[in-house]
Amino acid sequence: MVENVKELIKAHEGLKHEVYLDNENSTIVPNEILETMLPYYNKRAYGNPTLTHKPGWEAFETIMKSAQKISDFIGAKILEEITFTPGATEANNLAIIGSTFSKRNNGKKIVISEIEPISVLHVSEMLKKFGFSIIKIPVDGKGFVNLEKLSEMVDKETALVSIATVNNEIGTIQPIKEAVKRVKEKNPNTLFHTDASDAFGRIPLNVIDLQVDMATINSYKILGPRGIGALYCREGLEVEKILEGQIGTQKLWPGIENTPLIVGFTKASELAFQDFQLNVDYMTRLRDKLLNGILDELSDVKLNGPKNEKRTPDNLNISILRCEGEALTIEMSLRGIYISSGSACSRRLLQPSHVLVAIGRKYSEAHGSILMKITREHTEEDISYVLKELPVAVKRLRGIVGSTRVE
Amino acid sequence: MDLQELNKMSRIPLPYSQKVIDLFRNPKNQGKMENPTVTSVAGNPACGDMITFYMKIKDQKIIEKITFESYGCAANIATASIVTEMIKGMSLENIWKELTWKKVAEEAGGLPSVKSHCGILAVGAVKRAIRKFYQNESSVPSWIPQDLTYEEKQAMEEEELAEKLAKKLNVPE
Repeated sequence: MVENVKELIKAHEGLKHEVYLDNENSTIVPNEILETMLPYYNKRAYGNPTLTHKPGWEAFETIMKSAQKISDFIGAKILEEITFTPGATEANNLAIIGSTFSKRNNGKKIVISEIEPISVLHVSEMLKKFGFSIIKIPVDGKGFVNLEKLSEMVDKETALVSIATVNNEIGTIQPIKEAVKRVKEKNPNTLFHTDASDAFGRIPLNVIDLQVDMATINSYKILGPRGIGALYCREGLEVEKILEGQIGTQKLWPGIENTPLIVGFTKASELAFQDFQLNVDYMTRLRDKLLNGILDELSDVKLNGPKNEKRTPDNLNISILRCEGEALTIEMSLRGIYISSGSACSRRLLQPSHVLVAIGRKYSEAHGSILMKITREHTEEDISYVLKELPVAVKRLRGIVGSTRVE
Repeated sequence: MDLQELNKMSRIPLPYSQKVIDLFRNPKNQGKMENPTVTSVAGNPACGDMITFYMKIKDQKIIEKITFESYGCAANIATASIVTEMIKGMSLENIWKELTWKKVAEEAGGLPSVKSHCGILAVGAVKRAIRKFYQNESSVPSWIPQDLTYEEKQAMEEEELAEKLAKKLNVPE
């Protein structure tokens, strides 16, 4: 099988231009961030931050400064509210398991939305084994959570509500502040967690203003290195750790802190927030150029998710009818353009993306969906190249579909 | 396999063979045929996986010409193309007796396990076409059993599963 992959990679030889748009699933780490990280592997602060020597103290200082910066970027009160985790998956697990298993909690009901990220869906599903019931709140055609239904479903048994600030597939910005208000009105003891991975660095995010109890953020979603994320837990909140091991500087996550990754995450945050509005405007412009160019060139294309300022600036998710998504990702890859799809084949399941199904897309529409995320690293030329290649690729695949009825 | 289990399967990158990629780029015998003797479809748009075959059959019950159209992934397109090449010029009886999805998968240079259903679907569509051809002629030969073959059954089950999933997922909890 590895031999086959070698051949697949070889089939791409001679590409003149490459554009990486699959920033939902991993990103390129810019040199500026990498260079900031490198000295922390062997020049300074390479020690264990809990130990009594210079490299350890340097590590301690670095990690605390980083936590301070991250807490400032999300408007947290104190740096102790930040727990670095190996990523958003782990942060979501910590938030959901750690809060529902804490001693103070006695409710057995968890409320999430239908379009939560996979880690939230799966960990909630797992908690059924421990006697929790899971309630999924429906969303409308643009992906907005039904707030009336949310108010209705929260009761004295509800331990936790988890709703992502921004949907990772279709970029819908949820009215989190209003959602928290409604939840707390029904039950002030219900905790509110939000996966804010796709909000951080794209829209203003302030945990005090939103009044959330916990929030997940993630390094690679803002061009930082993979393998690092963080969970914000409001001061005084009782959350149990979910892994056992040697406790370091953070009481909620055992093991030795990964200083270089923390540094990379912090640098990525600084870059995202420095010239924040410029970055946002730039991404919006490129994203709209891409969308409008596609709509000009191709018929039967639908935008998935909201169109206006209720959508994050980086996100473009479209359904290209009569064109299967996995085939399109391969066709585009051979042209040097890397995208992902919500098609069943692409996900190795018979089911297409649960998000697209939840917003009412037909299966045939979900199978033809592609997701592209713009970053500040993209150029006008990148977008022009995509606009040149995508219509040709789609037309070839639609040619193979021919008269087959796929509606 | 249970869906809950499927959800937890590892997601290795689909290691398509060079041949699958070559045929995906340049499929053979692709396109609609005017006045075919018989056509058949397998798959369901809900699975994102559909194949149509068009066949011209000569008096001696030999496939003179075969083309396909496909809505599906790279493996779907490649296996459809492979099947057309494998059975062109063959007699319907020999196809029925010799064509299996395993042979198609072999010819494709191996298919990733989650993609074997593409081969099954293609063979199921061919067998459906042959069955339909004889039913149209109202003289089904003894080598076509009344019971559906493995591939025909699998194609049907996939179509039914897709319908079921589509229904199940659209009902809010």
